[in-house]
Amino acid sequence: MVHTPHPDKGLDEGIKLGLGSESDPALTRTGPADMTSLLLRRLALGLVTIWIVSVIIFLGVEALPGDACTAVLERDAQGEVLAKCRDDLGLNAPALTRYADWAVGVLHGDFGMSANGLQSISELVGYRVRNSLLLAAGALSVGIPLAIFLGTVAGLWRDKPIDLLFSTGAIFAMTIPDFVSATILILIFAIWLGWVPAIVITPADAPPLDFFPEFVLAAVVLTLVMIAHIMRMVRSSVIEVMATDYVQMATLKGVPYWRIVLTHALPNALLPAINVIALTIAWLLGGVVVVEVVFNYPGLGRMLVDAVSDRDLPVIQAITLIVAATYVGVNLVADILAMMLNPRLRTHQTRRQ
Amino acid sequence: MAEPALIDIRNLTVGFRARSGALLPVLRNVDLQVCRGESLGIVGESGSGKSTLALAAMGFLKRGLQRMGGQVLFNGDDMFDRTRKQLEAIRGGQLGVVPQNSGQSLTPTLRIGTQMREALRLHCTLPEAEHEARVINLLSQVRLPDPSTIMQRYPHELSGGQQQRVAIAMALAGEPDALLLDEPTTGLDVTTQAHILELLRELARTRNMAMVYVSHDLGVIARVCEKVQVLYAGEVVLEGPTRHVLTDPLHPYARGLLASIPRLGETHLPVALDGRPPTPGKTGSGCAFAPRCVLANDQCRSKRPPLITSAHGEVTRCFYPEKTGQIATIGSGTDPVHHDACGDTALTLRDLSISYARSGLIERLFPPAVPTVPTVDGISIILAKGETLGLVGESGSGKSTILKSIAGLLPPSGGQILMGADTPLTPNVERRRPDQLRCIQMVFQNPDESLNPRQSVLEILSQPLRLYFNLRGRALQDRAVELLETVRLGSHYLDRRPEQLSGGEKQRVAVARAFAANPEIVLCDEITSALDVSVQAAVLELLNDLKKSMDTTYIFVSHDLTVVRALSDRVAVLYQGRICEVGPAAAVYGSPSHPYTDILLNAVLEPDPDVAPKLMAEDVVELAPPACGCPFQRRCPRKLDSVCETDTPPSQTGADGHVVRCHIPLNEL
Repeated sequence: MVHTPHPDKGLDEGIKLGLGSESDPALTRTGPADMTSLLLRRLALGLVTIWIVSVIIFLGVEALPGDACTAVLERDAQGEVLAKCRDDLGLNAPALTRYADWAVGVLHGDFGMSANGLQSISELVGYRVRNSLLLAAGALSVGIPLAIFLGTVAGLWRDKPIDLLFSTGAIFAMTIPDFVSATILILIFAIWLGWVPAIVITPADAPPLDFFPEFVLAAVVLTLVMIAHIMRMVRSSVIEVMATDYVQMATLKGVPYWRIVLTHALPNALLPAINVIALTIAWLLGGVVVVEVVFNYPGLGRMLVDAVSDRDLPVIQAITLIVAATYVGVNLVADILAMMLNPRLRTHQTRRQ
Repeated sequence: MAEPALIDIRNLTVGFRARSGALLPVLRNVDLQVCRGESLGIVGESGSGKSTLALAAMGFLKRGLQRMGGQVLFNGDDMFDRTRKQLEAIRGGQLGVVPQNSGQSLTPTLRIGTQMREALRLHCTLPEAEHEARVINLLSQVRLPDPSTIMQRYPHELSGGQQQRVAIAMALAGEPDALLLDEPTTGLDVTTQAHILELLRELARTRNMAMVYVSHDLGVIARVCEKVQVLYAGEVVLEGPTRHVLTDPLHPYARGLLASIPRLGETHLPVALDGRPPTPGKTGSGCAFAPRCVLANDQCRSKRPPLITSAHGEVTRCFYPEKTGQIATIGSGTDPVHHDACGDTALTLRDLSISYARSGLIERLFPPAVPTVPTVDGISIILAKGETLGLVGESGSGKSTILKSIAGLLPPSGGQILMGADTPLTPNVERRRPDQLRCIQMVFQNPDESLNPRQSVLEILSQPLRLYFNLRGRALQDRAVELLETVRLGSHYLDRRPEQLSGGEKQRVAVARAFAANPEIVLCDEITSALDVSVQAAVLELLNDLKKSMDTTYIFVSHDLTVVRALSDRVAVLYQGRICEVGPAAAVYGSPSHPYTDILLNAVLEPDPDVAPKLMAEDVVELAPPACGCPFQRRCPRKLDSVCETDTPPSQTGADGHVVRCHIPLNEL
């Protein structure tokens, strides 16, 4: 029996088998319910991570010799004064109770009082977080688009002079320590040219606009380091994607070059960059100690350094926890974003291979 | 020819610049003409330059390649002289291309509909509003079910056959005058392949297109082309009408190629074509094929033969076309060793079932209302020592899953795997004792992935030797050389790395590694499907020799029914993880047989222009077996009434332990 294939028959059979319809046994599309459960699971995992971090921080501080009272009272930390101070701050309670109190407070947005017992940590840290955000936003808003642009250009003109220029520049930006580039920039733009102030003298709690133009140089230094990392990532990713079969196919389909780059290549090339960008953002929000110190910028990093040298243990606890939470949060957002932008992750296939 | 050729390639030479600075040609003085309504096949081994030639017809060369001479005319103008704008208009417009691997050729982040509409926007004059309807029309022309749903899908959500159809539909979007097909069906199941080729034939007929098929598979060419060009080492060695080229070609290479193809009706092993094609720049001054040619003499080795036109219009690049008749075109090589199933038992599979669905915490807390159907179910086979069992079926039929389970890589969810008749095997490979591990060895499909690229051949072979036999130093080296010799590679291969070996050599090293353990059972998972036919024949011969000398038991998995045929004593046909038919090879390949086996056998393309495949069922893809009844019920052309849907088909035993599981009585099958 020779069967001549007929379009309608194929259609009927396909529908009968549920092929191509939503109940297709072949491909289970991850429905919104699955998506939500996946997100909830990731969120729960993130919260567990933060909790474990909080325990580690608490135990770490606990393990240090001395406590908040010995730190504040310094040489007076003895006898009755010390006992009274400990009583006031509740340091005599068992560690478990103190952890519980601290944790409950944190959940309510209350990080306790700083070691000198004068200021609310939440208030102090709040301004610093805002300032760090301000600096990060300044660096990111210029840095990310620029990094993607430079990386794409370098990748498309691979091994051409323009690529060599950008790639060498990126290596320089990565290898020169940020305090060196910061100092050089200060020398050029603040001292020789006098365009911007060399350091920030605005107090931490000033309104955001007051930091302009003082924070420009600090933002520029951060942008440089950041661009280098992201650019190299984007470059190698663009090179890889431009060599794929689907880009070749698009060329053979007659798609104009720039359309290929924009619609076929870049969306795929930028997917792996999302996680690198996320790490950079997290780093900007919590870890730019050196740059903040060089420019005297009142951000979170400098506060942490100050707190360490003052042995202000409650503040150290608060900042480390915030930084940890930032890392977890930013990475979570990056994963969700990657999932939304990558159809292969969004609708996963339960096809047996 | 009255009509001027649509695609006219003249004296084209394409090369790349080697590290030494020399320009090495990958295509040498190639001529190719195709008119409207004509279809031309380009055949050759991997590396022969066939894909480069097809892409060059579009004015496209891969990165690193450059045109060294010649012209590529399309509609009379040279593609390489056109501006980018003109090229963009022709590509995907008058000149369409269907790529080899559509799965990788469709942009993963764009929906099928978006990619189809893009092709339309670029190449057709229809107003935007009618594009939607046109896409649906194109997708149904290539017989994709439910086109509007397909449009919403992303490429990875389609099966291989569906992706290939989308690629064809996309090539048709520009209403092309000519279609270039680069291995359009390689990697697809036989049934899907047969259907796609039928579709292409029909499209060519109705649209009067010129078609260029690039393929290593002469069976495909036999089915769809009128003319064939055989490429060897970048030059045309033979050109002529398909019938002549496939039955009585006037070039020794083409004859050798034909002889290396395993055929359904042939019980002998195919004959391997020894040697390998020269690398670019190493072709020498004589005939490029001379080092592998049995007829070669001094003239062949020193002078490049010209193209000679024979009486039936065949053009051959050989000094002695009249002598080529001495070489047989149908391989009847070594008689394979056969064992009957009554010797000592080597392996017993007792009611084996395997399930991929892993129960997570949530599934365990809230078990689904309908229990999932296992991927593989009810596999009971007893293998005798020295016997070869062939497992065949389409992709997704559970062939590889069964192998993985025997190897301990995927613990079964039910049933037992016994070494011999009664020693249970630990299901999990990590907990198997060394002696259990030694007994069962596996050779994988792709040697590029199964051999560590950073290890030398010696290091690869010494791992099992050290682990199982505790060999060290001199003894280890001697044994490694001995192993290499059994797979017909010399001791000078010891310090090579996989990248320095050809595909066939790599697979031999993989086989040697498996045999290093002195195994009782060797599991071969599609081990020849990544190889050229000529190399495949050599690997089959090697397996047969090893079987003769070591009495090894093989389980040989392949989607290619002809490959399984020659080597197997018994064959099991699987559908959806269930056995449809099992029995001696001759019985399974003869009749009566299960309706599914019939479909598979009828879809096989043989390099014979007179044999057309018989397509008996739609090539729909099923990814889960039905909950009850016969696994094949939904595609079966001979389905009875409800009994097939409700009752598991009975095992009907014929002569020689031939078992068919079907509701239709044996004598009516």
